[in-house]
Amino acid sequence: MRLLKAVLLSVLMLLSLVPLSSADSTRIRCASTTSTQNSGLFDFILPLFEKKTGIKVDVVAVGTGAAIEIGKRGDADVVFVHAKEQELKAVEEGFFINRHDVMYNDFVLIGPSNDPAKVKGMKSAADALKKIAESGSLFVSRGDKSGTHTRELSLWKKAGREPVGQKWYLEVGQGMEKTQRIADEKRAYTLTDRGTWLATKDKDKLDMALVLEGDPTLFNQYGVMAVNPERFKTVKRKEAMEFVNWLLSQEGQAAIASFRDKNGNRLFVPNAK
Amino acid sequence: MNLLIDGFKSAFFLILHLYPELWNIILLSLMVSGTALVAATILGLPLGAVIGLKRFRGKSIFISAMNTFMGLPPVVVGLFVYLLLSRSGPLGFMGLLYTPSAMIIAQTVLAFPIVAALCHSAVVHVDPIIRQAAATLGATPCQVTIKVIREARYGILSAIITAFGRVMAEVGAILIVGGNIAGYTRVMTTTIALETDKGNFELALALGVILLVISLVINAILHIVQRKGMMEAGR
Repeated sequence: MRLLKAVLLSVLMLLSLVPLSSADSTRIRCASTTSTQNSGLFDFILPLFEKKTGIKVDVVAVGTGAAIEIGKRGDADVVFVHAKEQELKAVEEGFFINRHDVMYNDFVLIGPSNDPAKVKGMKSAADALKKIAESGSLFVSRGDKSGTHTRELSLWKKAGREPVGQKWYLEVGQGMEKTQRIADEKRAYTLTDRGTWLATKDKDKLDMALVLEGDPTLFNQYGVMAVNPERFKTVKRKEAMEFVNWLLSQEGQAAIASFRDKNGNRLFVPNAK
Repeated sequence: MNLLIDGFKSAFFLILHLYPELWNIILLSLMVSGTALVAATILGLPLGAVIGLKRFRGKSIFISAMNTFMGLPPVVVGLFVYLLLSRSGPLGFMGLLYTPSAMIIAQTVLAFPIVAALCHSAVVHVDPIIRQAAATLGATPCQVTIKVIREARYGILSAIITAFGRVMAEVGAILIVGGNIAGYTRVMTTTIALETDKGNFELALALGVILLVISLVINAILHIVQRKGMMEAGR
């Protein structure tokens, strides 16, 4: 038993090495999307913000739907997502304040490199989806209420097609990069954001190609908004606003513009007004 | 196959260099799971012992319930604790969501039924003669219970080892209530999940190897304690 006691004691001592304190006032929590986190944008801009203001931003990266929900429940101070309509609706409902456009990238349609549905050369994303549906090729959908998923559904609506429940339509409920990999394995088409596509296509050795880009309906606006402090007294209003203002400032916008991924691609274009 | 070999190679590299960031992740994993285990034992051991020694109505239903809860899906526990700790939930005023404390709470909920059920079974299997003898010699019910627990200690240690394996390997619950925040609530398993998501299979695999090695070391230590005790008991 003495040995057991010694083991337990050493475990306890090890435990006491890590402080258990909850978040202090110089930390804020930002609910955001997997695309901003996995592209490396946050790793690049957040240290710049922290250096300037001393405020540490804890990022919880989930789908856009979940990120907005986390904000609505008061479990974050700031929400940074890309589903403008949903964002404006949540602001109208009184959950958030100070919503601003921050930057954009665009969605692109990708598919097997031999393009079995012959989408390459088309101009309209909705027409391309219609063609994929008729060709019998598979289409992989995020199926997770994320910003990308929301956009994809609105494109299907525009195309006049109801894909949910069809045999060629696979809803995977995963993040963007995983969805791309599943599409690659399945020789399927999918809608992705340019950031994730550029950042991961070589790393993941995807045998896929960009088949359609540049349609204005593929524009992907990112916005930031603060959780309404009148709804949740615990929200760190001052620090949250400091973060929002920094993102919109010349300095924050320049930081976003200068961010490059590992392969030197510029992924996000700042467009705060 | 190459990926597997590379994974082991970079695991070795990571262990050799032991980046401070990785060190913190390992420490946090041990801290969260270790604290949860201590809490689950403090709660589960007396409960298991009492159920094993006392007779009461509905006892078999209670035991069945306990055994069922041993198989609680971590994501369900995570969601439950999330809703409980959320600012909009009943315990929201404590501000615990997305902190290591929230992760400890979730893992305690996961480990508690395992400790309780397996301690119950260890206590039940102690030779009833010991109880009777102690009682005959004038021990109070409390002293009898302590005596039985002492006799069952190696079964109880097994219960704790099993619960430890469960919480160290768990990812569903701590991902939901911890949020996988870099440098704050990121532990071994959530890092593995994230790196897999990002396509860094090599790094994810390396971390998996490290996690296994840590579990192996801890289990080996506990096994030595257990065997030594059994030899003493047999003497």
